[in-house]
Amino acid sequence: MATLTGITLPDSSKRKKEVVDRAVIRFCGDSGDGMQITGSQFTNTVALYGNDLATFPDYPAEIRAPAGTLPGVSGFQLQFSSGDVYTPGDAVDALIAMNPAALKMNLADLRKNGILIVNKDSFAEGDLRKAQIVSNPLEDHSLDGYRVFAVELERLTRAALAETGLDAKTMDRCKNFFALGMCSWLYNRPMDATYRWLDDKFKNKPLLAEGNKLAMKAGYSYCEATEAFQVSYEIPPAKLSPGVYRNLSGNQALALGFVTAAEKAGITLFQGSYPITPASDILHELSMYKDFGVMTFQAEDEIAAITSAIGASYAGKLAITTTSGPGIALKTEALGLAVAVELPLVICDIQRGGPSTGLPTKTEQADLLQALYGRNSEAPIPVLAASTPGDCFWVALEACRIALKYMVPVIILSDGYLANGAEPWRIPEQSEIPEFPVTFATDPATYQPYKRNPETLARQWAIPGTLGLEHRLGGLEKQDGSGNINYEPLNHETMVRLRAAKVEAIVQDVPDAVPAGDPDGDLLIVAWGSTYGPITAALATQRKEGRRIGHVHLRHLNPLPKNLGEVLTRFRRVLVPEMNMGQLLWVLRAKYLVEAEGFNKIQGRPFKQSEIEAKIEEVLG
Amino acid sequence: MATATLPPLTKKDFQTDQEVRWCPGCGDYAILSAVQQVFPELGIPREKFVIVSGIGCSSRFPYYMNTYGFHTIHGRAPAVATGLKLAQPDLEVWVATGDGDALSIGGNHTIHMLRRNVGLKVLLFNNRIYGLTKGQYSPTSEFGKKSKSTPYGSADRPFNPISLAIGSEATFVARSVDVFQQHLKDTLKQAAAHRGSAFVEILQNCNIFNDGAFKDQTDKEARSENVIQLEHGKPLIYGKNRDKGLRLNGFDLEIVQLGNGITEKDLLVHDAHHPRPAYAFLLAHMEHRPGFPTPIGVLRASDELPRYEDVANAQIQAVIAKKGKGNLDKLLHAGDTWTVK
Repeated sequence: MATLTGITLPDSSKRKKEVVDRAVIRFCGDSGDGMQITGSQFTNTVALYGNDLATFPDYPAEIRAPAGTLPGVSGFQLQFSSGDVYTPGDAVDALIAMNPAALKMNLADLRKNGILIVNKDSFAEGDLRKAQIVSNPLEDHSLDGYRVFAVELERLTRAALAETGLDAKTMDRCKNFFALGMCSWLYNRPMDATYRWLDDKFKNKPLLAEGNKLAMKAGYSYCEATEAFQVSYEIPPAKLSPGVYRNLSGNQALALGFVTAAEKAGITLFQGSYPITPASDILHELSMYKDFGVMTFQAEDEIAAITSAIGASYAGKLAITTTSGPGIALKTEALGLAVAVELPLVICDIQRGGPSTGLPTKTEQADLLQALYGRNSEAPIPVLAASTPGDCFWVALEACRIALKYMVPVIILSDGYLANGAEPWRIPEQSEIPEFPVTFATDPATYQPYKRNPETLARQWAIPGTLGLEHRLGGLEKQDGSGNINYEPLNHETMVRLRAAKVEAIVQDVPDAVPAGDPDGDLLIVAWGSTYGPITAALATQRKEGRRIGHVHLRHLNPLPKNLGEVLTRFRRVLVPEMNMGQLLWVLRAKYLVEAEGFNKIQGRPFKQSEIEAKIEEVLG
Repeated sequence: MATATLPPLTKKDFQTDQEVRWCPGCGDYAILSAVQQVFPELGIPREKFVIVSGIGCSSRFPYYMNTYGFHTIHGRAPAVATGLKLAQPDLEVWVATGDGDALSIGGNHTIHMLRRNVGLKVLLFNNRIYGLTKGQYSPTSEFGKKSKSTPYGSADRPFNPISLAIGSEATFVARSVDVFQQHLKDTLKQAAAHRGSAFVEILQNCNIFNDGAFKDQTDKEARSENVIQLEHGKPLIYGKNRDKGLRLNGFDLEIVQLGNGITEKDLLVHDAHHPRPAYAFLLAHMEHRPGFPTPIGVLRASDELPRYEDVANAQIQAVIAKKGKGNLDKLLHAGDTWTVK
């Protein structure tokens, strides 16, 4: 029988099922404790049930820091609700901590009287020492303000798995599923989706599948039997717009977006990439889609990743390269080449904390100015930013469409938070997805390498192998039309202005900015990227309190919507929250001479809704 | 077929209207001429040729060839060409590069292209100097080279391009000389016939910044004593009177004088198809040994390994054959889904 301490629930044998509209839970433990799997399995279950949700996987850069230590703590947070969910949640309602280090690192986010499930078997003296904890929190009353369930996860899991014949070490590895079973009981969730997943994952090791299932079942039964949990929670499905849904992370969404774009363009996809956190999953994902003709090339370095993509683009592929900020730094010269030769290319920057190696697994949005301006000379590139994990799909599609229509490289900005975070995504009908078939030049009589479409200023795409269209491309300055090398002073100025005008022309494809919330009023929040969630959530609450606030979330960062300057004048004040030192702020102030103010958080973590709200209150008084 | 009636291609078909901007007397002219003569003889339609280059004097090459061409950025030609070849494996892609481009700034791409065995033909113009930046020493300059950036002599040992290529287990490694037109053309033809990566170092005189760098190999008087021409299946003989040869002594090569009981039968017979790269490496390494001749010709040609672009594309075809062509709607609906009414 497990020992339970600190129970603050009334001693009643009658179990209550309480209906609530949302819950925030966080699994945390050692990197080796399987917290990311536990979290994503629970997410899947919640999604299938029909809740809206948002997740926040937060893991260390070290693959396996010494077990039980503070740097080794990995976490996965999930908010799910019967209403709209825009963030993984500020305060945690239920924290599952697999060891003292995890407890120490995460307790501060657990709300007062929140549920705290800890693995009692990991609180021996040695465990505490590794977590640099002097006094045992399970005994010193420091957890008195929480509903603590100290459960012997290891002993109970071993007992449940005694008959399986698995060795002790393997049995211990199943304890996260015991904890998952407890959560399933606590939030009244069926376990069959996870069972299916286990059967599939361990189809060659059925004993492991069985062990994990037994552990999960035991966790569920434990809650049922011990009566320690007096209340369980019911969160009804959300009222999402009708359609078929799946759960999707930002990186998965980008991958699907690129495959879709290639299909809609009628050409095949080429990805040149070099592994880098947090972008590698796009490469993993796309390397599975060979049945769509997708060619993935794991290059020898970041430079070869982009230059191979440029070569593939020259050959008529929809070419992309995916990386993070340090990789963009290495690709910079090649970006200039893509600008000069005017070939379509999409570059993904999944931003992370910097500078240099920085915080590889943490989020930031400090590459905006790098994306906009980080090249030698005048080398304008269109820049798009995704705002939610699901939005990554649509941004990938739009970036490809622009790249092909205007014959330009296009940068997509995502970040670690979007890349790994997941949300329910309504799967679009085929009819909702635009078609943008490409045409290659074939007529030798009229072909000139730099002859332009007067409307888009795009040059024609002629691919090697086409009879009679032999031509030379290169990074040297050239004459418009013929493409011949030309160093004349006025020709250079003409070409620089042409390349800029071409990117400016894309504004015809950029929808006008329409503020969410109030169309005019006291405060306009202008933002981009993954801050969408917390700002949207904060806006709803603050407007209910009578404040007149609008929110423009920019998908197109270059060119900006043509009415943005006018929208800025409709509000008394302009606030720009960013996970950087004020980069969009700098652009807005420079371009529109507007008295905007920044709100900046550079901690490797997304904004909380409460932080945005507090700032709004501070600004508006 | 319409193409059957077309006259065969000539050198003229591969010349462009662009003014050639190399210095008068540059060895690059001879290489350009050789390539323009060889291409029409390969029986490949002109539109299938692509020349990809990096940066440097040699990298202006594509502008002077009336084929598809791509003058890229410094050192990156092999990477651009790899992407091109993966995308369209049936193209005939040649890379024009130099000692700085391929071995210094682009060294990484060079070795990875070779280890992957991408079906590219690489012409490395080696003039042992930086020409376009006006006279700094290069990674192939000899130790102690006095140049603009090393007035007291360079302190680093040079790369031997063919040693590096052999070390990367390139499947075709050859060397020729700008002024040996017939030899150069023969070598280029052999490179063209190779399916995998073909690496050809061309010793090329820069008459402005490094004039006479290869005079020991090219001077009429000296060259037969200093150059050994490799031919598969033939003994390793050289010398004005063809009286010197190379033979194995343990794991090493030694020079022997023919006569006095030593005949051709004692000499090593050149085996360009030797399965081990060590033999070719022994030949390449002679360059570092005083008194030994400079080998030219095909050091190694082993076309048994598959080409990278073929393996990569076959993988795609195999998956399509097994799973059928991808269905987008199915892909988007993959995994667990649920319906909201």
